Amino acid sequence: MALLDINGLTQNFGGLCALSDFSIRFEGGELTGLIGPNGAGKTTVFNLTSGFYRPSQGDIRFRDRSIVGRKPHQITGMGIARTFQNIRLWKDMSVLDNIRISQHYAMGYSLWDALARTANYDRAEKKILRTASEILESLDLTRYADELPKNLPYGIQRKVEIARALSIQPSLLLLDEPAAGLNSSDVQGLIQLIRWIHETFDITIWMIEHQMAVVMNLCSWIKVIDFGVTIAEGTPDEIQNNPDVIKAYLGDDNI
Amino acid sequence: MQRFSVPLLLALLFGALVAASHTGAIDLYIQSVIMFIGINIILSSSLNIVNGYMGEFACGHAAFMAIGAYVASILNVLLFTKDKYFGPPLLPPELSLYFFPLVLLAGGAAAALAGMLVAIPSFKTRGDYLAIITIAANFIVTSTIINMNAIGGARGFMGMKKIIFSMEDVLELPWMLIWVILGTVFSVWTIRRFVSSTYGKGIIAIHQDEIAAEIMGVNTNRMKLMAFMISSGLAGIAGGLFAHILGYINPGSFGILKSTECLVMVYLGGMGSLSGSVISAILFTLLLEGLRFVIPWINTGLHWLHLLPDAYEVSQVWKWVIIPLILVLLMQFRPEGIMGNKELSDIFPRLKRWYHFK
Amino acid sequence: MFESIVQNLFNALQWGSFYSLIALGYTLVYGVLTLINFAHGDIFMVGAYIAFFVATFFLATLTSAPGWVVLTITLPLTMILTALVGVTLERIAYRPLRRKGANRLYVVITALMCGLILENGNLALLGASRKSFPEMIEKVVYTFGMVSLTNLKIAVIISAVLVFVLLQFIVTKTRIGMAMRAISYDKFAVPLMGIPIDAIIVFTFVLGSSMAGLAGLLYSLSYPILDPYMGALIGWKAFIAAVVGGIGDIRGAFLGGFLLGFVEILVVAFFPSTFRDLIAFSILLLILVYKPTGLFGVAKTTKI
Repeated sequence: MALLDINGLTQNFGGLCALSDFSIRFEGGELTGLIGPNGAGKTTVFNLTSGFYRPSQGDIRFRDRSIVGRKPHQITGMGIARTFQNIRLWKDMSVLDNIRISQHYAMGYSLWDALARTANYDRAEKKILRTASEILESLDLTRYADELPKNLPYGIQRKVEIARALSIQPSLLLLDEPAAGLNSSDVQGLIQLIRWIHETFDITIWMIEHQMAVVMNLCSWIKVIDFGVTIAEGTPDEIQNNPDVIKAYLGDDNI
Repeated sequence: MQRFSVPLLLALLFGALVAASHTGAIDLYIQSVIMFIGINIILSSSLNIVNGYMGEFACGHAAFMAIGAYVASILNVLLFTKDKYFGPPLLPPELSLYFFPLVLLAGGAAAALAGMLVAIPSFKTRGDYLAIITIAANFIVTSTIINMNAIGGARGFMGMKKIIFSMEDVLELPWMLIWVILGTVFSVWTIRRFVSSTYGKGIIAIHQDEIAAEIMGVNTNRMKLMAFMISSGLAGIAGGLFAHILGYINPGSFGILKSTECLVMVYLGGMGSLSGSVISAILFTLLLEGLRFVIPWINTGLHWLHLLPDAYEVSQVWKWVIIPLILVLLMQFRPEGIMGNKELSDIFPRLKRWYHFK
Repeated sequence: MFESIVQNLFNALQWGSFYSLIALGYTLVYGVLTLINFAHGDIFMVGAYIAFFVATFFLATLTSAPGWVVLTITLPLTMILTALVGVTLERIAYRPLRRKGANRLYVVITALMCGLILENGNLALLGASRKSFPEMIEKVVYTFGMVSLTNLKIAVIISAVLVFVLLQFIVTKTRIGMAMRAISYDKFAVPLMGIPIDAIIVFTFVLGSSMAGLAGLLYSLSYPILDPYMGALIGWKAFIAAVVGGIGDIRGAFLGGFLLGFVEILVVAFFPSTFRDLIAFSILLLILVYKPTGLFGVAKTTKI
């Protein structure tokens, strides 16, 4: 049983074809890259996978169940978490609350429990707090627990966003340009972090990235799209020497 | 023990107020001011759920108040009084005392259902379009009532005083004061419990980044539904109390002006601050009532100084010039409201020692 | 039957014109600042009062002049003075808040408060007695069969159309209109391009408020009884009309206003008049539920 099986995914916006006939399959445990020039449709793939858009055509199956037409929060509950290109933390709530709220997927109590503060509420809130503290602890973020994300440096915000995604205990983690906006020393830290997450949490990671150093370093398999069309896939070595990829990034020789 | 001092103080204050009202130590006017403060606290803090915590812009809070007021009043009059439309009471009037909270809740439930109708469009649309939907809903509710002759239409609906009398027949106490205070405490407590739970904080996440909230697992539609229903339900309870304090309601009292008052209290207090809402409701009510006395003084003063022509009197109309003027100035000086999005205990952390909140 | 339809058609066009003229002011300000200027309905009321005072003054001083001369003086003066009121509000109430970077909603609340000040200030200063507007031009009734039309009605409709054409031209074809649209896209980049943002905003308020002044004058010529609350309900309705059209879009406000006029007249033709607001608002609400961004509004695409 494949973890994720995307088949013939196509997305049109008005007359514009943002993505056509995209397919990919994860068995579980991979660390895969999705690259392509700006506007190639990479984030569209993630938006479709996380349920933010509904595909025009094609199917996305997660653990053999189609997730097309499900709401984003349901898909998250099934075990697909993601981060965003421009960090989308809840900037005016503490880091701890950011993680806690992400536990909505498995709330464990109802509105009534919250209002009446039942034993069930106490138990569930304790569990949420424990999960959140553990994830902060393991990513070495505990000292930022009470800070507001808007006051934190960009690199830390990235890390908090990854922690937030991990806190829902996903089996598939989508990272949308995790290195965007980071300086070179932060990028090194990020590479180590992602590798460590991949090994420690035993999850499948699929990332979009512009910085070749990151992708080539981390990913064992890379898919390249341009104008919504898959133009190449293979190991980092194969991709680096693929003439189509070079053309897509650098343009035709005669220009 | 120290942690219980604030609740204890509140309980003492409650007892003292009831006792003072019962013995006549504070007159009916002061009692009514206290009751209006309570009503306004419920209104502003409940609207704060949607407009402050969730960051929507709902402008028709008075509509829900109207629904609660009418449903509670009609139920009470139908059940416990002899009325020229509804005939003899269905239940013995003495029971009205025990049924009163239930009737209030029924009004709240009706208002919550109406709130659901407004919440559904909010799934798709946000901000100013939702503002319009709520304004239109406000107009629709008031003009529906105007067109319902069975409940008095534009003339209004009365008979609620009889309920108060039959409650007093059972036990001679200032019942409305008691109900208003209990209702206020209940509302603030409900809201506090909702927004401080991880569950309820989902609406704050919607405010700060709705897309992230939905994608990170918050069922945004359900949270919106819930926020709207709690908010309008509490407004309905406020409406029921309001109707029984006055003993008479008409659709005109629940127009867009009333909604504007609610909005003003929320933004004056600070979006997403419960203590801000409470403080601003108190200040706003006191300002409103205080001006009633201040304006005649201004009038006498200005005439004494010969600044006004003899023919001109400064009338109570000036109240509604002075209040908006004060609010405009306040917003110039504190463009985030009195409390911003902080609570009293954030500003004075020592306060936490004096109460225990669960 | 046919005559009564045509008659109602003209009534609807007349009311639609009033709504459109006011809705255009809402939509202009919204289009540039994304600010719901809730005081706009009251600016319309102030416009009517200004027209009243100007007309009374000139009728008293220029006793020998014919009515149309007084009207030609009153028209521009009313528009200028009303624009002044609108700009004053912008200058003293909205702009400081904008500068401080206050939450947009605080500006909206300030606008609501300014509306209340205008309404009640008027009531407090001028008293509760209604003013009746002087008649400046003689009413001419043209009758075609059963259909009767007054010169005023025709003037109202033509003015609304002219104003629409003018505003549409300004916004789409002129440099200042381009600047207005630019501000609505990006408030931060615009000053960097050397566009004087405050001047453009003032210009927007001048346009919107002078149209409200024009509407005030035309309205009081048609329905010559003035009271301080006359702007409240008509203002709310015009705003809703603007939103139904798609707020921020000139065509939307224009059509939304006429749509509201038609709906209202249609409702009154079939139901008791107390049902007018109820049914009209319900219909508009349904349109919004079906098309949440209005007839001309474009849904904002969120990029993530």
